[in-house]
Amino acid sequence: MSGLIGRTAVELAQALANREVSSREATQAHLDRIAAVDGSVHAFLHVDAEGALAAADAVDARRAAGEQLPTLAGVPVAVKDVLVTQGLPTTAGSRILQGWVPPYDATVVRKLRAAGLPILGKTNMDEFAMGSSTEHSAYGPTHNPWDLDRIPGGSGGGSAAALASYQAPLSIGSDTGGSIRQPAAVTGTVGVKPTYGGVSRYGVIALASSLDQVGPCARTVLDTALLHEVIGGHDPADSTSLAEPMPDIVGAARLGATGDLTGVRIGVVRELSGEGYQDGVRTRFEESLDLLRASGAEIVEVSCPNFPYALAAYYLILPSEASSNLARFDAMRYGLRVDDGAGTVERVMGATRAVGFGDEVKRRIILGTYALSAGYYDAYYGSAQKVRTLIQRDFDAAFTQVDVLVSPTAPTTAFRLGEKLDDPLAMYLNDVATIPANLAGVPGMSLPAGLAEDGLPVGFQILAPARADDRLYLVGAALETALESRWGGPLLSRVPNLTEVAR
Amino acid sequence: MSNHEVELMDFDQALEQFDPAFGIEVHVELNTNTKMFCGCPTDFGAEPNSQVCPVCLGLPGALPVVNAKAIESAIRLGLALNCSIAPSSRFARKNYFYPDVPKDYQISQYDEPIAFDGYLDVELDDGTVVRVEIERAHMEEDAGKNVHVGGATGRIQGAEYSLVDYNRGGIPLVEIVTRPVLGMGARTPEVARAYVATVRDLAKALGISDVRMEQGSLRADVNLSLRRKVADGEDQNAVPLGKRSETKNVNSLRAVERSIRHEVGRQAALLASGGSVTQETRHWHEDTAMTTPGRSKEEAEDYRYFPEPDLLPVAPSKEWIEELRATLPESPALRRHRLQESWGYSDLEMRDVVNAAAAELIEATVAAGATPASARKWWMGELARTANNDGVELADLAVTPDQVAELQGLVDSGRVNDQLARQVIEGVLAGEGSPGEVVAARGLEVVSDDGALLAAIDEALTAQPDVAAKIRDGKAQAAGAIVGAVMKATRGQADAARVRELVLKQFGLEG
Repeated sequence: MSGLIGRTAVELAQALANREVSSREATQAHLDRIAAVDGSVHAFLHVDAEGALAAADAVDARRAAGEQLPTLAGVPVAVKDVLVTQGLPTTAGSRILQGWVPPYDATVVRKLRAAGLPILGKTNMDEFAMGSSTEHSAYGPTHNPWDLDRIPGGSGGGSAAALASYQAPLSIGSDTGGSIRQPAAVTGTVGVKPTYGGVSRYGVIALASSLDQVGPCARTVLDTALLHEVIGGHDPADSTSLAEPMPDIVGAARLGATGDLTGVRIGVVRELSGEGYQDGVRTRFEESLDLLRASGAEIVEVSCPNFPYALAAYYLILPSEASSNLARFDAMRYGLRVDDGAGTVERVMGATRAVGFGDEVKRRIILGTYALSAGYYDAYYGSAQKVRTLIQRDFDAAFTQVDVLVSPTAPTTAFRLGEKLDDPLAMYLNDVATIPANLAGVPGMSLPAGLAEDGLPVGFQILAPARADDRLYLVGAALETALESRWGGPLLSRVPNLTEVAR
Repeated sequence: MSNHEVELMDFDQALEQFDPAFGIEVHVELNTNTKMFCGCPTDFGAEPNSQVCPVCLGLPGALPVVNAKAIESAIRLGLALNCSIAPSSRFARKNYFYPDVPKDYQISQYDEPIAFDGYLDVELDDGTVVRVEIERAHMEEDAGKNVHVGGATGRIQGAEYSLVDYNRGGIPLVEIVTRPVLGMGARTPEVARAYVATVRDLAKALGISDVRMEQGSLRADVNLSLRRKVADGEDQNAVPLGKRSETKNVNSLRAVERSIRHEVGRQAALLASGGSVTQETRHWHEDTAMTTPGRSKEEAEDYRYFPEPDLLPVAPSKEWIEELRATLPESPALRRHRLQESWGYSDLEMRDVVNAAAAELIEATVAAGATPASARKWWMGELARTANNDGVELADLAVTPDQVAELQGLVDSGRVNDQLARQVIEGVLAGEGSPGEVVAARGLEVVSDDGALLAAIDEALTAQPDVAAKIRDGKAQAAGAIVGAVMKATRGQADAARVRELVLKQFGLEG
């Protein structure tokens, strides 16, 4: 991709700092790209051209005045619609929040604004982040820029597709069971789920509070690190926010890019490979392991015996918390209100929720309500929490042997739109490799490992111990360097230029 | 049976057949400056929805942060209730849909309360001390307030629409739950009332709550059940407790007592006629002095409690707990005994003072220089009547203990008499200033200038020559009519004794 939109965030930041280009020019270039291609991709639910350009002008004025600005000042960003934005509509992909304009900013949004990143708009997602394909958005699916008939992953398909179609150099996602990493994998982009508590959840519309984590998405590992640095850190408004300072993730990404992993021990998770993984996914994964070995890393196999139970535990804990978190959408204070004229508050609540929520949301609310019910709590929610503890122990044990764990991010490449829409269990299985990290609160990254036999991107997942997010960037950057030197350039140089696609 | 046809058995008759057991949940609203989980102010009576933010409105994305001062208050209350303080306790979500609960769950505590296993010694009017066991005290956030518009009585029935004021939503509460209190027999209502009064006094002494029942900062839910009374010599506790009702909206000490008497009579009538008590929530109605059913417990909502994932466990250090223990005030019972002794009040007088929540006011008045007897006379007399007429608490009257002491000083020095003093109090209550200022402004000082009095006496004698003749004949008692006339002429400002003395002197009689 040529021109301003083809540049990485680091390149754009450099050009902005050197005053070769203004933030207005960079922002306008991305707005033009959105206007040109988002009709085909549908990565955005709301584009804020006016607000983005105003923010860009403010950065340009400050730079012209000689102010010292943060690294990414003036580089535009897209924000998943699960984060509340003051004055900008926020729906979380749900009809029940149609037209709601929040009166406050999420902490992450506040940090983006403070760092001078113009916000291009809000990206599409599965309703309330429930899904792996973005097909559960109440506003229609997002299309995968590699093949517009395929899913871009989910729930953060909009944020990933915006990157892969060069509509934004940076985007924000949220990851409850893989919603950053799986879309990154199937769109050939990079996404990181930070350590639980590493990025504030204040102002992030909750799906499952104990699993949700906001994270950075970009086209390169270094860009991802820079965005991570902007949004991370302690927030007194989030009680589960970590108090200690973040590790030096940008430094780790730069160090990793030198390609030397001597002394780094990498564990391949036995339970996250083999049966159920597409051949092309396995081949690309093995090749990446070879490259890591060639970079000096020691590769060993590690067993995490309780990982096979993660999916089942996840689908009890998530719906339980979600059933409570989504209770507030009751038509009393904001959002949709459906009044069937029966005149009681219960009827208005019921009618609104019947119309305002989609099938997948209803499915999980019902599951969670059941799992928390008196008489079932111990058997379901209680048992799931025990499994969660066992999975945390698996990670603890594994990290005594190795520095990072690796696996394919998703078992398959992007499937076709509609293919799994009527088979929730098949859809859930997409997240089998990403879910354990959420249950344990550990950080994870997905980066492109090449194209499978079907010509679609494959993701490589790296997992690190809690608070050691820097290891993701060290190993990720090294692998990226090795892969790009083999490919002779970034994987995304092979993505179709959508302006030439007739649709 | 409709609500208005509840059959009641006479209370004494009921107790011949049944043994009552009660338990009480008291909600104490803490007087922290800010709410439980956000920085919003907690002032009572503010403009509706003026003290709200994304957190206490439960807006999407908002997260709670625990108010450390509320934890401190809860621990101090727990310690004062002789409870153990949990080294680690957790918040839990209580899930239910209702418009005044903006998240449609209430953040409360469930299986891991901050304080548990305590007791409170409660002293009855006759000096008997009853130990009430405390099961637990836990923290939670208050709900908002529904305002029903268009109905006759502000109730939901018949209302055209309802509004919600979220100012109260998120104000910190501590809920204190007793174990069942057994074996109190006919004294059951009295013990229950004394328990709530003691909790009120304790929370007030701790300074953690305004404990105004009429403003809802102290609320009680009363559980009551009956079981068959056994014959002498049999073990009453071998009979299991009966099904209980939980009466809500019990918002005064008097209502605690009355609602229990009512429930005893109602349940006894049901059981005696072969019926059974439904385990249910009932509502106390102060106007009709009866309870009506709410939702029944059998079909009650399942609150689906689970640990609040947005908050970390509360883990107070041992050192902090001990620091807080050192801040506990003298217990209200000990304090009451100490004050009674130093003031020389009878048991009856002291009981009335305590029930009127006047002890602190009297203490301050005595500290400002009044004698205990005169302080009691004012607060339990003229001022108690005024408060009663206005339907407010003594402490809400626009008069301070210092002003009462000042007024008594004026009486003691003879500058005003009792009758004038009442007018001075009126002026103070009307906001006309201090007693001294009211005396000056209204010109209420006793007239002790003999010249002025003699002139008034002459006038009265001239006006009533027949009375003057009687006195001249030596009938001293006839002087009363002249004194009355002089008092009237001076609008009560004359010193009546001096007037009488002057009248008699004029006719050469001795007083």
